[in-house]
Amino acid sequence: MVGVFAVAAVRPWTALAAAWNKDAFGAKTSADALKGIGAVGAAPSGDIHVEAPEIAENGAVVPIEISSAVPGTSSIAVVIDKNPFPLVAKFDFLEGALPFVKVNVKMNETSEVRVIAQAGGKSYVATKEIKVTIGGCGG
Amino acid sequence: MAAGPMKMRATLAPAGYTDIRVLMTHPMETGQRKDADGKLVPMHFIQNVTVKVNGKPAVEAQISQGVSRNPVFTFRLKGGARGDNIEVSWIDNHGETASIEAPVA
Repeated sequence: MVGVFAVAAVRPWTALAAAWNKDAFGAKTSADALKGIGAVGAAPSGDIHVEAPEIAENGAVVPIEISSAVPGTSSIAVVIDKNPFPLVAKFDFLEGALPFVKVNVKMNETSEVRVIAQAGGKSYVATKEIKVTIGGCGG
Repeated sequence: MAAGPMKMRATLAPAGYTDIRVLMTHPMETGQRKDADGKLVPMHFIQNVTVKVNGKPAVEAQISQGVSRNPVFTFRLKGGARGDNIEVSWIDNHGETASIEAPVA
């Protein structure tokens, strides 16, 4: 029985489930979302690359590819200003991972999309406008 | 639509990095969609995604209902070698989880 309890105690999801930034993801404005992830006053940077369509016909599936050449990038976050909940994702890159991610996101309407890279305790941002023909949040 | 199985492919690129492409089956409900009876479908979405390489976390992601239904991600590792074990797992706001493992090809 002791062994069974020991296994249960180290189930990794117990710790990870708690690591969801409720305040930042619950924010209804970009400003509050940025505050929630500690990225207020992020400096514009040309070292963050965002590949996304200029015009997304279907807001339910907007492909975005992001990478950061900012030295020491430890995380990348995606904030979509006009979405009901602007913070879409935050990726923490640990040992062995490159600061790169491709993901499909939903967009409610045409909006600025901010990509925030954090490196050495500082925040950097690149912004791209994506036009949306049919919104994708109401499904 | 219920949450379901995953698919994954991890490939060593000639340029010396490893791409991990992973597909998840999940409704990613925003809480704003109405069903056929006009009732709001409650929020149901993946919150955490973890990528492990040979048992060690490489990417830890927090995501929202703003990620598309049936999420598809590509992650990239520095270097990597054929046979490295890649494991990707998720947990949603209902506590449901799924994971998949495969070697780098």
